[in-house]
Amino acid sequence: MKKILMGNHAVSYGALLSRVEVIAAYPITPQTQVVEELSEMCAEGKLKARFINVESEHSAMAACIAAEQTGARAFTATSSHGLTLMHELLHWAAGARLPIVMANINRSMGPGWSIWTDQNDSLSQRDTGWLQIYCESNQEVLDSIIQGYKIAEQILMPVMVVLDAFVLSHTYEPVDIPEQELVDEFLPKLNYPYKLDVKNPCSFGSLLPPEYYLELRYKMQKAMEEAHDVIIQVDREFQQMFGRSYGGLVEEYRTEDAELILVASSTVASTSRVVIDQLRDEGVKVGMLKMRFFRPFPTKEVTSVLQGARKVAVIDRNISYGQGGIFCEEIRSVLYNINKKEKPPVFGYVAGLGGRDITPTTIREILFHTLKEDKPKENIIWTGVKH
Amino acid sequence: MDRGQALKSTIPEEDYMTSGHVACPGCAAPIAMRYSLKALGKKTILVLPACCWTIIAGPFPYSSLKVPLLHTAFETTAAAASGVRAALDIQGDTETTVVGWAGDGGTFDIGIQALSGAVERNENILYICYDNEAYMNTGIQRSSATPWGAWTTTTPAKHPEDKPKKDIVEILVAHQIPYVATATVAYPRDLMTKVKKAKGIKGTCFIHILSPCPPGWKMSDDLTIKASRLSVQTGIFPLYEVERSQKYTITVPKKKGVLVKEYLQLQRRFAHLKPEDYDTIQENVDRAYKKLLHKVQQSETL
Repeated sequence: MKKILMGNHAVSYGALLSRVEVIAAYPITPQTQVVEELSEMCAEGKLKARFINVESEHSAMAACIAAEQTGARAFTATSSHGLTLMHELLHWAAGARLPIVMANINRSMGPGWSIWTDQNDSLSQRDTGWLQIYCESNQEVLDSIIQGYKIAEQILMPVMVVLDAFVLSHTYEPVDIPEQELVDEFLPKLNYPYKLDVKNPCSFGSLLPPEYYLELRYKMQKAMEEAHDVIIQVDREFQQMFGRSYGGLVEEYRTEDAELILVASSTVASTSRVVIDQLRDEGVKVGMLKMRFFRPFPTKEVTSVLQGARKVAVIDRNISYGQGGIFCEEIRSVLYNINKKEKPPVFGYVAGLGGRDITPTTIREILFHTLKEDKPKENIIWTGVKH
Repeated sequence: MDRGQALKSTIPEEDYMTSGHVACPGCAAPIAMRYSLKALGKKTILVLPACCWTIIAGPFPYSSLKVPLLHTAFETTAAAASGVRAALDIQGDTETTVVGWAGDGGTFDIGIQALSGAVERNENILYICYDNEAYMNTGIQRSSATPWGAWTTTTPAKHPEDKPKKDIVEILVAHQIPYVATATVAYPRDLMTKVKKAKGIKGTCFIHILSPCPPGWKMSDDLTIKASRLSVQTGIFPLYEVERSQKYTITVPKKKGVLVKEYLQLQRRFAHLKPEDYDTIQENVDRAYKKLLHKVQQSETL
């Protein structure tokens, strides 16, 4: 069934179809419609879940952690300051190996107050152990919530589904809503091997001496490595059942024979497709690598796609102060060990912070700049700085 | 029948705590837990933030508890307990009692936001605060539960604690929850009666247990029960309960003629106090007790 949905409602439908059992959430612009819709669904009985109206995002994640540990599928959604308030518990959720799925609406961090999109909120959760999926369309948002649970519950790590503030969250698009029976078949209820259970009393999260800690962290990294194949497998199964695929960790767009490859994520990727088509029509050999997953980092895919390209341009709607665009730095890092002759110069563009529009013109300028220069003169090439 | 036999006959033999826990000698916290679990029984899930009990429960892979236990971040006890409750409810288990068990730091200070949230939602949980009146696990730093005049490592004897102890019971009562009570380990039957009562009530219940800490209070480790008893007899820590945020009942009255000085002098954290300080504390305690009696009388007319 097709419906015209805003990105936020696509999140709600994803959670509904995933039959989440406990939702704990706190409102923040631009996430509110996610939880409003879910409250409605619970109130109407469409979704049989307990909805906890917690007093903060910190408590939202604490309640999700506890619910998952008690054997219930838990869900929350947040954004920006809400996500960063959760930071401590993001570590906790991953360290406890709980397959929580959360939607984060990418919104810039204050000060000054900004409700508009950039990726610094989610990317600064990089090292917490959460998988991160950056979505390009409302359909991908809904599908990624369902895929997210399937992946999370196989590797026992939490998943963050990320979408741009307003550009997706408040924008209406036609979205195909899968049949509940099919989703049930795709996503059966997880049988938790260990949970809080009075019939089998266990302690979770006890004091962990140095003798054990390292091994548990080693296993988290192994789970992230294992996630690579699981993500591809889940995407493949999803395609078989629902007819849609997102390429697993990355998607290539017109990269065949491309001399210049643009790397983009989120809705910037969808704008980029238009520009790539235009330039191809003009005879420029350009393609795009869409970064769908940021964690686990698609090292294998990035290397194989970018190796041998003449030039690479990365658009980052984020920044790690004192270093550069975060996707760009990680891409440079994974290309470090490849054959020197096949190593392309990587141009790092920072653009669109705080929700400044990244238009086709912006992307066109970026690509022409890359074509013109032999190699990047600076670590960061700023786009659109006016003042 | 002597006193010991009387206790033995009324306190259940079944234990949900084991020996070999790692509390300091004389600590009241394991005693409080042991009695509470006897009252709660097997169908109990504990939620524990960072506190002394994080250690007492034992390091992985050991546990001194025979009930399921969820360790959680410092400020999250009540939120995590809400999450456990929600998960149990959705799975059709409304019988199991979910107990948040936190120290004074995790309750009065860093956890009060999550506590207020859960309590305001009237979550069906029991929250027990064992209050040793400072951050004892980190080495005796003051909390908002530290009483006026007390020494701690962050309120040194030259400038001891100069604020009154936060009135957590009244804060909870103001949330209009079904049940709030106080208890100490010197009156185990009173403590267990209150825990049992709370277990049977739907909605949030809160029990505040004074938990003497020999190293933190700078007293001999054989004085825990005596200090607990004196806290009640002097009226410093009255034993009472508040039902439906209206009905105040004193369950163990103070003992006439027992002065706070007797309680304070057991503990070297008060050793620097001057005679006039004792008078000030005595006056404050008398006034607070009078206020409590007034509430009891008022609620009798309701």
